[in-house]
Amino acid sequence: MSEAFDITETLDVKGASCPMPVVKTKSAIDDLAEGEVLEVVATDSGSMSDLKGWAAGTDGVELLEQVEDGDVYKHYVEKTA
Amino acid sequence: MSTDTPSAGADSEPMSEEALQERIEELEEQVASLETEVGDGQKKMTIVATQGTFDMAYPPLILASTAAAFGWDVVVFHTFWGLDILHKEKSSDLKLSAVGNPNMPMPNALAALPGMDRMATRMMEKRIDENGTATIEELIELSLDQGVDLQACQMTIELMEYDEDDFYDGVTTGVGAATALQHMAESDIQLLV
Repeated sequence: MSEAFDITETLDVKGASCPMPVVKTKSAIDDLAEGEVLEVVATDSGSMSDLKGWAAGTDGVELLEQVEDGDVYKHYVEKTA
Repeated sequence: MSTDTPSAGADSEPMSEEALQERIEELEEQVASLETEVGDGQKKMTIVATQGTFDMAYPPLILASTAAAFGWDVVVFHTFWGLDILHKEKSSDLKLSAVGNPNMPMPNALAALPGMDRMATRMMEKRIDENGTATIEELIELSLDQGVDLQACQMTIELMEYDEDDFYDGVTTGVGAATALQHMAESDIQLLV
């Protein structure tokens, strides 16, 4: 967990399941400026695959890191454009 | 046969450098306009939602709201029983059918008894709540917020004797098969649910 980036904002979607982690991440990213990083904290195990797929298919975002921390899945998404 | 060959070259004069340059510019313009026509890379999806049972309301709404999160241009065309998903009163009262579903933990003969659909629906609603899954109303609001175009087929609105005001604010009415087809033709993904 060597975070080589600063977290600008944290989005808590614990307890929410598909499609909420992705949809809320998109909304939260919209509110960030270029270069800022969003931390998404989820309990939905599907969010590991879903956020990866979303980031790969979406312009202007980059998935920096995904961490499984017990029951919690943490995702770090940078707004790149 | 071969005697004409040398003079043939003389007929078609080689293009001057200026003319070539002009031709290159022309082609470049053409490529640019074709690129714009092909689009800015934004994907389009059209879903046709025809079912109005509780379980069948979820897939189109989940896919639509997620696709919108990808930045796609999404249209969901609701027709026949699918209209009930967008109907303000009916959407909160959609039922799961207990009959005809082999995965239901009860025999069909029991499932056909009065009140069984309601019971099966209640059970599913409870599971959905416990699982942190969004409600149908939440997904509709979410989809509309994200710019999904939820369309209610005009012909079936009249067939079902619904009123345009019966639907959630933001739902598009006054559209028919031609509108749906036009979106489908432009879409990368078309689904019938």
